[in-house]
Amino acid sequence: MAITRINRIDAVFDKLEEENRTALMPYLMAGYPDVETSLELLVAVAKAGADLIEFGVPYSDPLADGPTIQAAGEVALRNGVNTDTVFTLVRRARESVDTPVVVMTYYNTIYRYGLERFAQKAAESGVDGVIAPDLPPEEAAPWADAASKYGVATVMLVAPTSTDKRIERISELSKGFVYCVSLTGVTGARANLPSNLTDFIYRVRALTDKPLAVGFGISEPEQAKEVSEIADGVIIGSALVGLIGKAGGDCVEAARAYMSRIREAIDT
Amino acid sequence: MQRLFPDERGHFDEFGGQFVPETLMTALEELVEAYEKYRDDPAFQDELAFYQREYISRPTGLYFAKKLTEHYGRAKIYLKREDLCHTGSHKLNNTIGQALLAKRMGKKRIIAETGAGQHGVASATAAALFGLECEVYMGEEDTRRQSLNVFRMNLLGSDVIPVTSGTKTLKDAMNEAIRDWVTNVETTYYLLGSVGGPHPYPMMVRDFQTIIGRETKEQIEKAEGRAPDFIIACVGGGSNAMGIFYPFIGTETRLIGVEPAGHGLESGQHGAPLSKGAKGILHGSLSYLLQDEYGQVLPAHSISAGLDYPGVGPEHSYLKDNTLAEYVSVTDDEALEAFRLLSQTEGILPALESSHAVAYIDKMIASTTKDDIIVVNLSGRGDKDVQVVAAALGVNL
Repeated sequence: MAITRINRIDAVFDKLEEENRTALMPYLMAGYPDVETSLELLVAVAKAGADLIEFGVPYSDPLADGPTIQAAGEVALRNGVNTDTVFTLVRRARESVDTPVVVMTYYNTIYRYGLERFAQKAAESGVDGVIAPDLPPEEAAPWADAASKYGVATVMLVAPTSTDKRIERISELSKGFVYCVSLTGVTGARANLPSNLTDFIYRVRALTDKPLAVGFGISEPEQAKEVSEIADGVIIGSALVGLIGKAGGDCVEAARAYMSRIREAIDT
Repeated sequence: MQRLFPDERGHFDEFGGQFVPETLMTALEELVEAYEKYRDDPAFQDELAFYQREYISRPTGLYFAKKLTEHYGRAKIYLKREDLCHTGSHKLNNTIGQALLAKRMGKKRIIAETGAGQHGVASATAAALFGLECEVYMGEEDTRRQSLNVFRMNLLGSDVIPVTSGTKTLKDAMNEAIRDWVTNVETTYYLLGSVGGPHPYPMMVRDFQTIIGRETKEQIEKAEGRAPDFIIACVGGGSNAMGIFYPFIGTETRLIGVEPAGHGLESGQHGAPLSKGAKGILHGSLSYLLQDEYGQVLPAHSISAGLDYPGVGPEHSYLKDNTLAEYVSVTDDEALEAFRLLSQTEGILPALESSHAVAYIDKMIASTTKDDIIVVNLSGRGDKDVQVVAAALGVNL
């Protein structure tokens, strides 16, 4: 069972490679705009063609996040969301969705919950992987060991400022795919993609065979299309979360429509 | 005695480390490298010594508080007068050191976080002195409580950026400073103000503050012919305490760190992670932390804005767990009483932060004799706190 879990992410990237397509990887904040709607959203984006879903655990001090995801996290915390709520939501989503789910969380929530306990609970709930944006490889070993014991993938991040040596090491440790942070900065929609993105992705590509997913700053279908030409996965976070916030009661439909537009852009 | 900590990845046993986004890791590696290079460079050390002497006005005095000693009639009480440093606190020891380093690293812009504004003012001062551009992140709540310090930083040529996220205090100012650093990492030096944050900050800030302890050791030797029995210092992030403790760690001297108990340790409204926290990660290092059962960081409270922080430097956690130092706490009210006492017995207005250290004398003095010697680190002067004290006493200025 442990092995099949990592394989759910691997299987998606294998299949997409065969079909010569790029993974669409939306990010949602658990418990935003409210607990039940965030579950509906998860199911809706899966059905609208998401290949992998990142599910954010709200945190009091999200230092890698820009204003959009910060604000969503604050709402989710006010809604009473905690780590257990997130696991419960994933478990409930698993009744109708087979799409890989990767939980995005700051390391203190894992550490405080207990590494083994977090890994076990994640696995039992149907979580396929975990991304901790403040856990560099130097500090990752205890968590990575606990996660692999329960078949939960530890997805690691590389940044444009990473040296080749670091990229090699991080890619080797990373399971499922390598998360390429497109820019030096925090999460959030940007008008333009960074000019050196292609060079950066090629640099990473030369150092690893693992699938590369690109996130931070992608919001428009054209941007997603551009990224899909160089990467194996396109991560859309703040743009989707922002749109959910604006759409209010129509957010599920709005998210579905937006996902379809992005899907279409990267598939053509 | 030089100890081996931290190890090369910044660990004090399980504490410390580097828990930051990957984007910053290369910058931290560069900082470690630069610091390792300059800490042993005679030219750097000479320049630092020059500014410590001529600009900060070091050495600061170790003042025998005769009237306070007579007031209690027990141990002899000495005050290490960091309040007499330029800008009014020990903070400049660190900012001058780091600004010299930033200059040598070729950085033109520095950023800093501040709570009450002491570190912000010290950063703005160092930036003005060395011709660096400086932006200071400060919680919106704190910019209101400490509007005078905001203006002071502006006068020094720095911009103050109010932070509106989270609790709008020091913790969130630090988040925002780190976000700025992630964005501008190639041009910007992050001048962190305490012995927290990712490696190498806890080690580096400690080293720049250790001059307090080195001077104390010499001065007390000269005055009394021996080391003190007790050293008392307040602990928010813990830089003044680390600075005065460091040369005495593992010796006979008892090292006592005083955390802010706010409205009382049982009230839930305090800033005492060493007394009441659990191990966790905040702002890049593992240490004791005020947090809930899910790891969400809890807001701190203290009448002293400089101690109003839910975390603490990792080396203090190490000292605590290895019983190399003791950590105690005093409440807002006790600190206010000490503020009044020191003002009226010695004519010294202590910072509210330092008032916590002074207040602990009252709690431990009965266990001392006339042969004992206490050194209290008077980390800052209290002029900045006059408005807060007036409000607490119900006085309309």
